Amino acid sequence: MLTVSGATVAFGRVQALDRIDLEVATGEVVAILGPSGCGKSTLLRAVAGLQPLDTGEVRWDGQDLAGLPVHRRDFGLMFQEHALFSHRDVAANVAFGLRMQKIDVSARRRRVREVLALVGLAGFEEREIATLSGGEAQRVALARSLAPKPQLLMLDEPLGSLDRPRREELTEELRSLLRGIGMTVLHVTHDHDEAFAVGDRVAVMQSGRIARIGTPADIWHDPRRAEVARFLGHANVVTVGESGAVPWGRLPAPAGPAVVRTDAFSRVDEPVPGADPVVSGTVADVRFRGDRFELTLRTDPGDVELVVRDPRRAAIGDRLSYAIAPARIASLEAYED
Amino acid sequence: MPAAARLVRGVAGALPVAAVGGFMALFFVWPIGGVIARGLGGTGPAAALGDVLGSGSHRSVIWFTVWQAAASTALTVAVALPAAGAMARLDFRGRRILRALATVPFVLPTVVVAAAFEGLFDRFGLAGGGAVNLRHTVWAILMAHVFFNYAVVLRTVGAHWAALDARVEDQARVLGASRLEVFRRVVLPRLAPSIAAASAIVFLFSFTSFGVVLVLGGPARATIETEIYRFAVVRLDLAAAAALAVVQLVAVVALVAVSNALERRRAVAEPVASPAAAPRRRGPGLVANLTLMAVILGLPVGVLVERSLSAGRSGGYTLRNYTAMAERVNLLPDTALAALGNSLMFAVPAAALALVVGGAATLAIMRAGSGGDRLIGRAFDIGLTLPLGTSAVTVGLGFLLVLNRGPIDIRTSVLVVPIAHAVVGIPFVVRTLVPMLRTVNPRTREAAAVLGASPRRVRREVDLRVAARGVAVGAGFAFAVSLGEFGATSFIPRRPETLTAPLALFRLLGTPGETLRGQAMALAVALMALTAVAVFVMDLWGDTRRGVF
Repeated sequence: MLTVSGATVAFGRVQALDRIDLEVATGEVVAILGPSGCGKSTLLRAVAGLQPLDTGEVRWDGQDLAGLPVHRRDFGLMFQEHALFSHRDVAANVAFGLRMQKIDVSARRRRVREVLALVGLAGFEEREIATLSGGEAQRVALARSLAPKPQLLMLDEPLGSLDRPRREELTEELRSLLRGIGMTVLHVTHDHDEAFAVGDRVAVMQSGRIARIGTPADIWHDPRRAEVARFLGHANVVTVGESGAVPWGRLPAPAGPAVVRTDAFSRVDEPVPGADPVVSGTVADVRFRGDRFELTLRTDPGDVELVVRDPRRAAIGDRLSYAIAPARIASLEAYED
Repeated sequence: MPAAARLVRGVAGALPVAAVGGFMALFFVWPIGGVIARGLGGTGPAAALGDVLGSGSHRSVIWFTVWQAAASTALTVAVALPAAGAMARLDFRGRRILRALATVPFVLPTVVVAAAFEGLFDRFGLAGGGAVNLRHTVWAILMAHVFFNYAVVLRTVGAHWAALDARVEDQARVLGASRLEVFRRVVLPRLAPSIAAASAIVFLFSFTSFGVVLVLGGPARATIETEIYRFAVVRLDLAAAAALAVVQLVAVVALVAVSNALERRRAVAEPVASPAAAPRRRGPGLVANLTLMAVILGLPVGVLVERSLSAGRSGGYTLRNYTAMAERVNLLPDTALAALGNSLMFAVPAAALALVVGGAATLAIMRAGSGGDRLIGRAFDIGLTLPLGTSAVTVGLGFLLVLNRGPIDIRTSVLVVPIAHAVVGIPFVVRTLVPMLRTVNPRTREAAAVLGASPRRVRREVDLRVAARGVAVGAGFAFAVSLGEFGATSFIPRRPETLTAPLALFRLLGTPGETLRGQAMALAVALMALTAVAVFVMDLWGDTRRGVF
């Protein structure tokens, strides 16, 4: 089990890590999600031993790793830019960690074949690094990290250099691969779809701190903090006043910031008195999203823009009313940082 | 690890460092220290130095040294820049071969370059007597410096240019910029770091240029470097020579510091594009570029070969000049052929020595650079790269001043020649290896460490692999440098066993007479062929695109 406590790293005035506490249980996949520059790569480098901590500690199974140099930690780290050994072929890249463990040639060869097959590159042993496509290089880097069976595997934006379709395909592959081998994993990404797909738990990192940690569903349904909600893509972060007052009417929520999920709205042709609260407005924009439409609704009283998910067609200028499901409203902690 | 084993390993690790340090102390620090002591010594503090700076003729020599170096640099950049662009951006057959060929002038012995231009002036009646006289003028020096340094700009800037993302230029074209505007506003600003780095090197080489200036400038056109030689060897005024050498040393240290800073900026600034981002294409100007290159680089070499075969005033062509190399002339203590043999024999140990010492110095520089304290690292870097700029003549003067002292008189031993050549060659090895190793992505080293490689293992598995090609290239350079070394060797007492080909060539060139001239041209061609083969082979073998040279 990995335990990070109070980890702090400053680069000049920039606080890259600010008292980070994090636990990763053996066999668990934790995704670190955050915008670029939030300190997530620094966290991985600190755990790997490439970045000394200013204060705080990193422990593995209770043992402090402070004095243990990088190469004795038995952790794997896959870099965003892959950092493959360009002067060796694919097999030699994958075998590198095994050679460091002094594993004999035949066992090495067997393991290389096994790992290459696992990442879908069977038969690539003798390919030169320069001839690989982006996706292939990414798989070789993954295979190289997996081959020595590290106690902890860290992936830094492993799919960062790929285009969208390949990304989605490989996210799926990576997810089933990581689950299949039961490895302990720290996976860093800026893409919440990828984090939700891969992580047993997701830690949202902002400005060197972990702003929210929990299962993907927990985090999505209850982001707790406005900046987390916005980063996850929640469009409707509203401020609720005394006794549920909002610009267009009332919400069944306590005073303070709150998220109204886009799937909280259902179109009502005639408002029913005493039922769920209703909001009315004019459609300002319509975006086609395949299985649904996404509307921008300019509210009648209040003149606020809300983003609404609606399976039914609508046109700009339509006047529509929506009921809001109270269960899909999440209150946020009203704290300024 | 038990304490005893650790001690043994520590000692084993320190031994090569100590050996290399000892070599540098004995054959670099001590001689240079001797030069400085002599230059600053005399009656009263800094008396000799004061004499040098106070004398009008010395001041004009210093001024000429500076301005001819600046003019050489500006001319070389102007002439070689279009060719660098053609190499980087245009697609044509034989590009690699051409790049290798264009590098040959840079490694040609300076005396051979001088011989080629003397031959050129003879051939076209520019050596006086006609309407135009280029002999013993600054123009002769400038032309030779352009010829000599062309490859520095071509390779340094060309490699950077090829790595720049061409799509940015396409973008500018789409936005309405003309070709010329794209060059001026998009290409040139991005090339600035490598142009600056190349200029610093060309300036340094022109500033410390010796053989070319001595032969082509004649007595009228002297630089600090040739004055040191004249005072030490001809006028036997060692104090004045040493004082001039101190001036030279100070200037060179400043230049090396600037060059290092530029090099570091370049390493940071240089973006590396994927091959797809810099497609080679067919474009205009290729023919003009190749023609210009052929004239600048090919003509002196072509005329040199033609002169060596010329039968002189009687007309026609003959091999007589070549067969004459096996015959004694009164001027030389041995035959020209024997001198050529001596040069080849000295070049092997000199290259080996330069490789060992230069390799160890490179390791030290890399280690200092990766250390935590940047200030100490930088100071260490300058200290170690100082020998890079020290001129061969200063090394030769240092040997002359101090090496007859000590337990054995090394100065009169034959060994002094390969040792001096190695000292001059070491910088070339270092300057080939260091940039190569700087291209290693630090992530690659970290990846190896995470996979379980100890720091020592990382050096072996990552750095040494990358350096392997550089070692071959560095060895080739050191070999070529030894073959053509003239500055330091000219201070070594003259004996038949220490007569090298460049020394023989210098003596032959300096003496009037048609037959001696012919033999000089033949010897120059032979020396050129040997160096060219060494460099050509190494260039095709090793990939030196990222090197400084």
